[in-house]
Amino acid sequence: MSKPLPNSFRQGPDARGRFGEFGGRFVAETLMPLILEVERAYDEAKRDAAFMAEWRRLLAHYVGRPSPLWFAERLTRHLGGAKVYFKRDELNHTGAHKINAVLGQILLAKRMGKRRIIAETGAGQHGVATATACALFDLPCTVFMGATDVERQQPNVFRMKLLGAEIRPVTSGAATLKDAMNEALRDWVANVADTYYCIGTVAGPHPYPMMVRDFQSVIGEEVRAQLEAAEGRLPDALVAAIGGGSNAMGLFFPFLDDPSVRMFGVEAAGRGVETEEHAASLSRGRPGVLHGNRTYLLQDGDGQIREAHSISAGLDYPGVGPEHAWLHELGRVEYVSATDEEALAAFQLCARLEGIIPALEPAHALAHVVRLAPTLPEDRIIVMNLCGRGDKDIFAVARHLGVEM
Amino acid sequence: MSRPDRGAPQASGERGAGPTAPAGRIAARFAALQREGRGALVTYLQAYDPDRETSLAILRGLPEAGADVIEIGVPFTDPMADGPSIQRAALRALKAGATLAGVLGMVREFRAGDAATPVVLMGYYNPIFAYGVARFCADAAAAGVDGLIVVDVPPEEADEIEPHAKAAGLDLIRLVAPTTDEARLPRVLAATSGFVYYVSITGITGTRSATREALAAAIPRIRRHTGLPLAIGFGIRTPQQAAEAARLADGAVVGTALVDTLAASLDEQGRARPDTSRQVLDQVRGLALAVRGARQAG
Repeated sequence: MSKPLPNSFRQGPDARGRFGEFGGRFVAETLMPLILEVERAYDEAKRDAAFMAEWRRLLAHYVGRPSPLWFAERLTRHLGGAKVYFKRDELNHTGAHKINAVLGQILLAKRMGKRRIIAETGAGQHGVATATACALFDLPCTVFMGATDVERQQPNVFRMKLLGAEIRPVTSGAATLKDAMNEALRDWVANVADTYYCIGTVAGPHPYPMMVRDFQSVIGEEVRAQLEAAEGRLPDALVAAIGGGSNAMGLFFPFLDDPSVRMFGVEAAGRGVETEEHAASLSRGRPGVLHGNRTYLLQDGDGQIREAHSISAGLDYPGVGPEHAWLHELGRVEYVSATDEEALAAFQLCARLEGIIPALEPAHALAHVVRLAPTLPEDRIIVMNLCGRGDKDIFAVARHLGVEM
Repeated sequence: MSRPDRGAPQASGERGAGPTAPAGRIAARFAALQREGRGALVTYLQAYDPDRETSLAILRGLPEAGADVIEIGVPFTDPMADGPSIQRAALRALKAGATLAGVLGMVREFRAGDAATPVVLMGYYNPIFAYGVARFCADAAAAGVDGLIVVDVPPEEADEIEPHAKAAGLDLIRLVAPTTDEARLPRVLAATSGFVYYVSITGITGTRSATREALAAAIPRIRRHTGLPLAIGFGIRTPQQAAEAARLADGAVVGTALVDTLAASLDEQGRARPDTSRQVLDQVRGLALAVRGARQAG
């Protein structure tokens, strides 16, 4: 590694919201005062014991945390190597990890006196989580979703509507997550006075990457305690899928300063990283500026953003959280990828061996576990974040498997 | 407010491309208009929309049609601060093969025939970052660009661009928004040169317009903090609105209304028709007439 390693990987971001050269606040002037207001409000809130206690109460009694840490015994036997544990964040209320950070942000929005919530969504998991929290707190909610994603995630679209949210299909660009985020930012600029933008991942302008990571770190903190209780030690490897990277940051962050813990972020390779159709921004992108932060982006030589591709709508994003970009350059986390086909195979394997239908996003993480576990001895431990359940994906998977439903 | 002296040796970067430029085209133009007692008409068009030839023809016709300052939009796939009209213009332009280097080439050709009209590039950071900031600033100045508006680089991040823009003699024009409060104004204005661009609404381009009352309150508030010329943009569509903004401030920026006229003139496949540039330039003439008729109050 050419760059000197920091004393700690857990000190970021700096006062400018930078993780090394990544992150920052690249937004139009209209939004800048608001971004600063969110930062101030979050700094106060996280030091307020009452605020954190209310968030913890919601996690325990509304979300159902802590989520279990499950020893996937049949999968472990099948793979014939390291012990595989699943962090069962798919059992959370709303079916994914997104709700952890959403509840924190909605409490913050209320504290700031905001009366309207907007969010972007890809697979619909963050949209559903936001719509859920808004129903609970009686706040009007508008979810921006690419028209392509609206089409391929109908069950979640209907869920959001049942929860009282307004869905705005976005038709610009490729009509996926990137375009939904553009449109949410445009709405925010036009409604700065009363609106809070609830971002679903560890991307966007500072303080979002830090704030979403902090809330999602509940995942890794629980794993640490649960594995200590089950095995009396730290894991040897952590594996998580990476779209924007919120479930991965949540799992990794509490372990970043434990050098014995290897970490693998699994990007979506779509039809293969050697093709044009993938979402592997760390493996195949280069640094640029989009959606308020500097990070690795899929882009052409002229700095125009390229469309991502993945079977998983939640990973279909041409960027990645800035902290991942930093950890990638430092070499602290190893970023690998899994194709649509590998994810589909892992999806089916998990259903048959463990009786768990995973979302297509963690199916990518599982695809790497399938490669990794057999290479490690039986006394090693892998923890994978099973960050979402697959109910929303069964129609898409059926289509790919040629099954009529 | 000190500004880079474009007459200084580095201005020799304006190599060979036609008549020699006067020092500081932006400052010179606003000063001249002040002597005339009127505000500037600032017109925006997206480079390469719908193709290079048409957009260059419009660009070349703008000074004669009455544009005092020309803003050229640099196409980007994800124009976060722009409304649907300019988003579509960007996509047409990218389809037509627009690149940042290509946009600089257009400015160079424009400069060969016009040494006086200030040209400002307006766009987003990523294409500039991909090009290389230092090289871009040098090449832009050499091509005859006078100023930059980089929408998604607020003062907090401006240290990435400022030294290079300054070294190349480019004005860095900043956006001031209704949300920019008193505490923040000095910081935003401190690094501004050329003119100040007042974004008159909280919103994206081409969506709604500020009320006369809101503008009448906002302009003096900003003037207390700066002696630079002040142009009002976002939501100015009609000659009457342009005249009013130019009277209240030092300039009126018209963008989406012109882009809409261009878009409406295209054929079903989005290609220019023979009178596309004439339609846009006629609209500029109408705007210019109104702005020239609006004398500024004392």
